[in-house]
Amino acid sequence: MLCQICKNKDATIHLTEITDGMRSEMHICERCAAEQGIAVKSQIPINELLINLLAAQPNDDELADPAQQQIACPICGFTLEHFRKEGVLGCPNDYEVFAKSLQPLIERAHCGKTTHNGKLPSTMSQDTRKQIELLNLRQQLDTAVQNENYELAARLRDEISEREK
Amino acid sequence: MKLTDISGDINEWFDGSGPMSDIVISSRIRLARNLAGYKFLGRCSNTEKAEILKKLKDVLMSLDLGDKVSYISVDKAPALNRNFLVERHLISRHHAFGKGPRGVVLSQRESFTAMINEEDHLRIQVLKAGCQLSQCAKQINQIDDMIEQKVKYAFSPQFGYLTACPTNVGTGIRVSVMLHLPALKMTDQIEKFFNAAKDMSLAVRGLFGEGTEAASDLFQLSNQVTLGVSESQIVSEFENSIIPEVIEYENAARNHLLASDTRILDDKISRAMALLQNAHLISSQEALFLLSHLRLGINMHRHMGASTPAIKRLCTLCDNVKTKGAQGLSIATINRLFMLTLPAHLQLNHGETLEPAGRDALRAQIIREALNQDTPQ
Repeated sequence: MLCQICKNKDATIHLTEITDGMRSEMHICERCAAEQGIAVKSQIPINELLINLLAAQPNDDELADPAQQQIACPICGFTLEHFRKEGVLGCPNDYEVFAKSLQPLIERAHCGKTTHNGKLPSTMSQDTRKQIELLNLRQQLDTAVQNENYELAARLRDEISEREK
Repeated sequence: MKLTDISGDINEWFDGSGPMSDIVISSRIRLARNLAGYKFLGRCSNTEKAEILKKLKDVLMSLDLGDKVSYISVDKAPALNRNFLVERHLISRHHAFGKGPRGVVLSQRESFTAMINEEDHLRIQVLKAGCQLSQCAKQINQIDDMIEQKVKYAFSPQFGYLTACPTNVGTGIRVSVMLHLPALKMTDQIEKFFNAAKDMSLAVRGLFGEGTEAASDLFQLSNQVTLGVSESQIVSEFENSIIPEVIEYENAARNHLLASDTRILDDKISRAMALLQNAHLISSQEALFLLSHLRLGINMHRHMGASTPAIKRLCTLCDNVKTKGAQGLSIATINRLFMLTLPAHLQLNHGETLEPAGRDALRAQIIREALNQDTPQ
């Protein structure tokens, strides 16, 4: 199908407009759409989509809490309003400043998980590393018990007591 | 390195080799990292971005990766070159058309790339042919360790590696496989695959097509959960449960095509052969769509011993073309045609920009030459 405006290029954008109950359709190419000021976003990044979806649900989402809106990160000046609009945070410190507000969103994006359980920086001190690893093992133990995987739970318990020596 | 040094051929991880490559074309792992002591990119001025860029570029260029590395300044590159890098999966569209100082470091064999100043300060990725996720994981972990010796990453004990978007936080890992699933599409079961992926919190994206539509029946399957699970857990779930399951689905669909009415399969393969051998104008989307059917035919013959009338003709074609040149018509050739006929590849190899009609004619010519015995045309 050719573009209705330039009648030259293939129409790749199909608009349906309903005004006063009247339906009208328009088929145009990307260039003409841009000239008409119609923003075309063919691929919405999955992160952005997710953030938008999550931000649009105000129930357990404290992003909508007016008191939270007043807080700004002392380092980057970032607010929750920025996050709502941009879908990305301003600086690493925001994870701490907005921890409470981000928690439900992080939980939902990561299937209920809230604590890192992967690689640790090699530069981290042995002591901190040990503590984090213990925390992770305890979390895994909880999951194993919940899933009634007692064999794994027993192994984890042994490992925890071994490491606490 | 000049882009024209690499644009004439496909990259190593797209050559149709590697384990299970009839369905799993390639494996990729990327890690998202940010420098401690800097804001995320959305809040950075161009001066700060330039500083981050320089710092990371210097570190990356000094690493011993066992392969020559080059740097390309993405913000200064012409649009055609940027599109080329996207087509080749070396950078993301977001990186190609983003704002401010940014660049990419890539290894000669294109199995390693590092995007600097994409959504995060640093996104490193390792790509390999076929199903080789463990190997990708091992290599990227080593590279990440080497970088970490020279810079400090933003990290929190609770949230792990801190990323601009909370959906990547934790391990910052994205494990993906590129899959060729033509039989699932042909048997109208691709929606089932999408739903199964959704249930397992995995993301599916069409490749090479426009938007999410996969014109070539190539799909990218990747993890979405990055927090609370370790890198090795994610990789092992892909290798031990997700990928075998997808392969089983696709093979079941291929068997179904053979067991039920082979006319559907033969019709698709014969049409693809006829059109690709004879067309004088062909769009990128149509070429991808048809090449996918040839790829299916060759693989069904090779891996399942399928021998329907159309597959037999396709094999005769493969043999005949093979006698002509060293390369012959093989999966590698089909993959070459997939990639080298994409718009930016065509234009870069042609040496000048072409209007869509010119591209369609050149694309048709390249395909005709590869699929016909009596060339040139």
